[in-house]
Amino acid sequence: MGSKGRAWKFGDNITTDHITPSRYMHLRSNLFELSKHAFEDIRPEFSSSVKPGDIIVAGRNFGAGSSREHAPIVIKTLGVSAVIAKSFARIFYRNAINIGLPPVICDTSTINDGDLVELDLQEGIVKNLSNKAEVKFKPLPEEIVRILSEGGIVNYVKKHGGLDKF
Amino acid sequence: MGQTLVEKILSRKCGRYIGAGEIIIVGGLDCVFTHDASGPLVISRLNELGGGIGLDPSRVCVFIDHVVPSPSASISNDYKALKGFALEKGVRFHDQGCGVCHQLIAEYYASPGDIIIGSDSHTTMAGAFGAFATGMGASDVAIALKTGMTWLRVPESMRISVEGRLPKGVFSKDVILKIIGMIGAEGANYKSMEFHGSAIRRMNMEERMTITNMAVEAGAKCGLIPPDEETRKYLEERGRGDKYFKIEPDGDAIYSDEISIEASDLEPMIALPHNVDNVVPVEEVLGKRVDVVFFGSCTNGRMEDFKVIDKIIGGERIDRGVRAIATPASRNVYLQALKAGIIERLASAGVVITPPGCGLCIGVVGGIPADDEVVLSTANRNFLGRAGNPKAHIYLSSPATAAASALYGAITDPREAM
Ligand code: SF4
Repeated sequence: MGSKGRAWKFGDNITTDHITPSRYMHLRSNLFELSKHAFEDIRPEFSSSVKPGDIIVAGRNFGAGSSREHAPIVIKTLGVSAVIAKSFARIFYRNAINIGLPPVICDTSTINDGDLVELDLQEGIVKNLSNKAEVKFKPLPEEIVRILSEGGIVNYVKKHGGLDKF
Repeated sequence: MGQTLVEKILSRKCGRYIGAGEIIIVGGLDCVFTHDASGPLVISRLNELGGGIGLDPSRVCVFIDHVVPSPSASISNDYKALKGFALEKGVRFHDQGCGVCHQLIAEYYASPGDIIIGSDSHTTMAGAFGAFATGMGASDVAIALKTGMTWLRVPESMRISVEGRLPKGVFSKDVILKIIGMIGAEGANYKSMEFHGSAIRRMNMEERMTITNMAVEAGAKCGLIPPDEETRKYLEERGRGDKYFKIEPDGDAIYSDEISIEASDLEPMIALPHNVDNVVPVEEVLGKRVDVVFFGSCTNGRMEDFKVIDKIIGGERIDRGVRAIATPASRNVYLQALKAGIIERLASAGVVITPPGCGLCIGVVGGIPADDEVVLSTANRNFLGRAGNPKAHIYLSSPATAAASALYGAITDPREAM
């Protein structure tokens, strides 16, 4: 599993309120409309300019805050292929896996906004095609790769009839 | 090997020795809940899984608390669907006006040793009872509803002990703000925060809940306080005395980190915009003009908080430049405050009372601040855009600091007003 796309660089402590502002809660049953407001308070151009395959690259504690699964969902709905961060908030990390959006933990300091980035999840490597920097990371555990490759935990449970085979 | 409190709770449920780092699948969930904000997605996930509930319906709750009363037809239609779901499945339904989910979980459901899964991050609050309580996303909650099980990585634990007596004017909110300021917004990421010490033991349940509620603001998976006589008393007063039992960590349990705090050294604290760990002593921002004061939320919207606010404001007129909004965390709190005359005194002081629920904490209805306004809130989050306007500046404090500041129209040390 892998992907290639432009980096959208964010700083530390990006919260679920940055990703999906609480004031749009009335759109919570309309994920397409909700996704138009992703990151709007910090990068208003994000939802209209992001391209399928693009990668979010962030600092520490990405996804802090609420348990709303809407946060990783809108990111995935906009076509983002992965989120790479120095660290993730716990609930966001789990939600991202559960909905099939790969969260990768590695040093992101050599990646700049707009760089072309290639990600290999199995090998555990991020290649920055713009400046030739390479960063290795611990590949995701097998169970997690399985959930991701089956499109998320709900599909996984449907296919295997429960959590037991986990 | 000795066990931490979270290891003890999970071992008891699984019927075998459980240690940090293990990945477990656990059944026998005591309570699984969702609310108006995440409920529609939980239901659609559950439908993807085939729809049925594999859990005793009396252990499942649906709350309408985030946006109440509904301000629009589309939100009302969501609520209608949630109510229809709850009635069809025969689960517990707490409609608009009953209060914030975490407060109702405390009043009606949480007991020592429970496993509680909610589709809301502040589910950690029920850890004040010695329950393993944690927030998860819609898919996890739907799977818990469908299978009666969930998977967990057993967290490492951080032992935090607060010893001694809190000085006058310093409250449990100041304790947790201080801790979050010390360890940072991801200082306890993936961990269990276990709170000990004589200052914690002296707190009543309502004060303890403020602490476990905010454990998630340091990234924790759960925040736990070993149950004791205070826990028993709280449960007995609500007809659940039989649910009480003692569960505590072993003396030789292994902790990843240990923090000791001397209660008598503490002072009133405040979180500055836009991160909860951006904490300084109130003293550093004294005199800063305040436009909006919010008394409420699952963190500090309880009777104990209203008593403190009442003691400071009484019937005195709050500053005319301030809009103060008070939102009791539940109908029970509302009625108690009403009977005690607190609601009347606050209203005559110029405070707007809004119906029980999340109110301005989530900021979809109920007094959204204007651009550039300064909000002093007793809630748990001051993220950009919280309270409904990304151009507002949110500060977080104890109810005492908020009350003193409402009186004077500027950030005020509550020790001077008490
Ligand atoms: S009061 Fe605030 S923090 Fe608590 S559940 Fe409601 S929105 Fe969340």
